[in-house]
Amino acid sequence: MKTENQKAWFFVLPVLALVAFNALIPMMTVVNYSVQETFGDNVFFWQGLDWFQQILRSDRFHAALGRQFMFTFLILIIEVPLGIAIALSMPRKGFWVPVCLVLMALPMLIPWNVVGAMWNIFTLPDIGLLGYFLNHVLGISYDMTQDPVAAWVTIVTMDVWHWTSLVVLLSYAGLVSIPDAYYQAAKIDGASNWAVFRFIQLPKMKTVLTIAILLRFMDSFNIYTEPFVLTGGGPGNSTTLLSIDLVKIALGQFDLGPAAAMSLIYFAITLLVSWLFYTLMTKDDLN
Amino acid sequence: MAKITLSKLRHSYLSTPKSDSDYALKEIDLDWTDGGAYALLGPSGCGKSTLLNIISGLLVPSEGQILFDGKDVTALPPDQRNIAQVFQFPVIYDTMTVYDNLAFPLRNRGRDEATVHQRVMAIAEMLEVTGMLDQKAAGLSPDNKQKISMGRGLVREDVNVVMFDEPLTVIDPHLKWKLRSKLKELHQRVKATMIYVTHDQTEALTFADQVVVMQLGEVVQIGTPVELFERPAHTFVGHFIGSPGMNILSCEVHSGAAVFAGQPIALEGPIQGAAEGQTEIGIRPEFVSLADHGLAATVTKVSDIGRHTVVECEAGGCRVNAVTEGAAPEKGSAVHLAFRQDMTRLYVDGWLATAPANATGEQGAA
Repeated sequence: MKTENQKAWFFVLPVLALVAFNALIPMMTVVNYSVQETFGDNVFFWQGLDWFQQILRSDRFHAALGRQFMFTFLILIIEVPLGIAIALSMPRKGFWVPVCLVLMALPMLIPWNVVGAMWNIFTLPDIGLLGYFLNHVLGISYDMTQDPVAAWVTIVTMDVWHWTSLVVLLSYAGLVSIPDAYYQAAKIDGASNWAVFRFIQLPKMKTVLTIAILLRFMDSFNIYTEPFVLTGGGPGNSTTLLSIDLVKIALGQFDLGPAAAMSLIYFAITLLVSWLFYTLMTKDDLN
Repeated sequence: MAKITLSKLRHSYLSTPKSDSDYALKEIDLDWTDGGAYALLGPSGCGKSTLLNIISGLLVPSEGQILFDGKDVTALPPDQRNIAQVFQFPVIYDTMTVYDNLAFPLRNRGRDEATVHQRVMAIAEMLEVTGMLDQKAAGLSPDNKQKISMGRGLVREDVNVVMFDEPLTVIDPHLKWKLRSKLKELHQRVKATMIYVTHDQTEALTFADQVVVMQLGEVVQIGTPVELFERPAHTFVGHFIGSPGMNILSCEVHSGAAVFAGQPIALEGPIQGAAEGQTEIGIRPEFVSLADHGLAATVTKVSDIGRHTVVECEAGGCRVNAVTEGAAPEKGSAVHLAFRQDMTRLYVDGWLATAPANATGEQGAA
């Protein structure tokens, strides 16, 4: 006998309304803009897929997309191994556990724009602690407002500082869930430290690591506030990531049509990469 | 394979133990002969897992020595002791195939692939897992996982001892029996010393030739299952083994004879030493029978446990169980209880204090 209760819909309804109001409706507006041209006064002209073609063929978009992938690739290749390494060296029991956890969580509690501002001041060559130290004590020429390499080093370092903790905390959660018996069995089996990592710790961390990488991919691919506050996309266009470029087109040039098309392409890329990654990582778990 | 000797072993989890109660293990002296099947039986927290971890080398004892064939291994790490341990929850390497799981301990020790292949195939055949060798170990059922973790222990040809730490806890009841007989069979085939830790008396008594009963960090008795049943050295053993456990009746001792509820009770033989302290009579329910005369008692409960009936009585302020076959008396009726004399023991401060009489014990009522 099956009892069906339709009342649950009433609980879902408010959320549905809210999501529609702040996500679906704006999104449909974007779709609307992406296929039309407007000169104001709510007068629209049908444009078809012209904006999409224009964006996909523009060198500017290719360059921003390239920088975006570069940025995401760099932070992932640093944050994931570093996060795992820190999680592995954290104590599993005792007094230092809460201390480590709180210290790790601290950077994540700071708002994005504050992080950008902090690192901006921190790296200023004349008054910033790091900038002054590098330029005037060590004698290394370092100015992220002039030098693209310095700008890249700064935004990558900033993101590593801000978000490695997320990988650490998730990996740590995976590690502490491994029963002692696994380590004991590995000792008896004569397994090396590398084998313990490869065959016990890594497999047990796999699920949480998948989530961690996915979150880091999406967040870094859509990153806006921190580099905007820190470098504003410069010097030149060297740190103009996709989102920064998008805002420039939409609000700076007020090209709403191309901007709408670009944001839909942007959204599709994020979705596609996330889906591909997640499917690849979980395909073994099905059987 | 080796003979294992534990000499004056003590262990405390505290860095500076002060009194006896700070020790998880209190002075253990034990010999495990080569090729024996042993069970370590005791309630949770009695120190049996501590003892196991000391033998395997996962723990270093506070005091005392462990000798394998007379060689001191106290300070050696687990991988150099050539031991195998099977844990409560099956430990398998999820990402590897069953074959690679079984080969893992050998490959870690640098054996060549030909030897590895030959050993793995032999063990797989013994455990009846040959058909699963190419499968990923993660997808196996709990009993097969436990078989694989056993196999990883047995695959090395030179293991000194295989230890089982409550290995059937997570196994379904109908498979427990199968796996248990598999274990027994394996012991006969590989002839390695095996130590089986459990709090389940059925598992201990069916697996082992010798059962070591532990309580509060001490070995209370070592014996065959029959010895533990018939002559418990301590009231704890009497109570812990058997279902229902031994009847323990507080009694008085007057000039070498036990008196319970105003009635003299005939013991199996003379009392050894001075009967000072807390004196108790111990008799198993299986050796208590309902009789026409003897100890007067009132039936308080009758439970049918299948082939037998357990009659719970009250006599002299104590509960006395009797296991009977056939018709059982009504609840509340007055009965008389007879104790089989050669099975009636006296315990002083918990420890057995009677010796069997030279003559064979006669069946007699008290």
